[in-house]
Amino acid sequence: MEPISRLKHTPLHALHLSLGARMVPFAGYEMPVQYPEGVLKEHLHTRAAAGLFDVSHMGQIAIRPKSGRIADAALALEKLVPVDVLGLAEGRQRYGLFTNPEGGILDDLMIANRGDHLFLVVNAACKDADHAHLKDGLGDACDVTLLDDRALVALQGPRAEAVLCELWADVASMRFMDLAEADLHDVACIISRSGYTGEDGFEISIPTASAVDVTQRLLEHPDVLAIGLGARDSLRLEAGLCLYGNDIDTGTTPIEAALEWAIQKSRRAGGERAGGFPGADRILAELAGGTDRRRVGLKPEGRAPVRGGAKLFTDPDGTVLVGSVTSGGFGPSVDCPVAMGYVETAHARNGTKLFAEVRGKYLPITVSALPFVKQTYKR
Amino acid sequence: MLKFTEEHEWLKVEGGVATVGITEHAAGQLGDLVFVELPESGVTFSKGDTAATVESVKAASDVYCPLDGEIIEVNQAIVDDPSLVNSDPHGAAWFFKLKLADPRSADGLLDEAAYKELVG
Repeated sequence: MEPISRLKHTPLHALHLSLGARMVPFAGYEMPVQYPEGVLKEHLHTRAAAGLFDVSHMGQIAIRPKSGRIADAALALEKLVPVDVLGLAEGRQRYGLFTNPEGGILDDLMIANRGDHLFLVVNAACKDADHAHLKDGLGDACDVTLLDDRALVALQGPRAEAVLCELWADVASMRFMDLAEADLHDVACIISRSGYTGEDGFEISIPTASAVDVTQRLLEHPDVLAIGLGARDSLRLEAGLCLYGNDIDTGTTPIEAALEWAIQKSRRAGGERAGGFPGADRILAELAGGTDRRRVGLKPEGRAPVRGGAKLFTDPDGTVLVGSVTSGGFGPSVDCPVAMGYVETAHARNGTKLFAEVRGKYLPITVSALPFVKQTYKR
Repeated sequence: MLKFTEEHEWLKVEGGVATVGITEHAAGQLGDLVFVELPESGVTFSKGDTAATVESVKAASDVYCPLDGEIIEVNQAIVDDPSLVNSDPHGAAWFFKLKLADPRSADGLLDEAAYKELVG
């Protein structure tokens, strides 16, 4: 564990302390893992009303084409991601992946078209590497800037729209993955209708100087509760969303990770801009021919949570190893343990019965469709 | 009189039998518990052995056997409702009763004042 004194703080650090947060080291930052309400209540509040998350530790990156033409930036970025960036309309955002020459995943990210530049949100632990990777790959055509003068908060849950509408009525017309600039309390913010909880919601990028003010005002709303990393993790797990470093990493390909939906037709074999990204040979071959293992949802039969690292077997004696759990815990909304992990493709079909090794016992666990909760995105 | 361990178990010793639970401090640190696994009656443990497991939404933690002895009773109520450990850690949410191998062995554990000093 890193010494606490070397941990970085987000602009909302003092606010977290004043709210009674329990702080922990996470990706080089001291971050709130939970507030006095506790993980369970925070999780359920997000599903029932609106949760506010500080995600300022994540990296925000601007890519500006030197030519002034956004298409040049899009085409340059397509050299690093298997994603249709050129076809991304202004004011739209999509999920993407940085891949490596072996087809592994360097990071997952959000890519938005802001008209004159691309706006990226990347994972905290990867942001410096991503910045360098982008400069290496796009530096000739684009200026790549890590925006360290902005905070980022996520407002998630069924009341998120109503809460934000009180500040900016037009938010109601935004659809899932729309992105817009708007003033909240006279502060110019970038708002996207997205998040990582499976709920409808928004991510709001705020200039650092105004971050505390805007966040505090959002928290004043009776429907809004500050939510820590603990509930963020259980929410995204129920939503079947990958956590970089747990469920995906440089050793997993997008197809193994069941993320082929993030590779649009234009980048696939036969598409107008097929391939051309790192690891394309392997990834396109896997798209056509499949993989030896797949990421799947897993539902433990009993009440015992099955955590990341647990091995998966076909038999209750633990003789035939076919995979392992990458994320697992308790799902407060579904009121049972939930997990995901990788299994050999022959055992990846929904309904397949397996056994997870937990403290020397082999507990029944069933391959199960993801997500565990119904997504409520406003499409 | 209650005794405590540095690993955050409490013990109430009566007639050579210790009723064992986890402290309010430990329950608070663990957060909302969602799963408790208890030992079986009749099992013998040495001091420091893992005797039970508690799991919060986020993580699993071991509960250690505070002294040498034999499990003679476990509390099914906390298996049925793990949140009892958060709401009443020193009362209804005891974990197990331990017949001590040496009834005087509890003397060496912390008293309440010493434990309070330990956890600040």
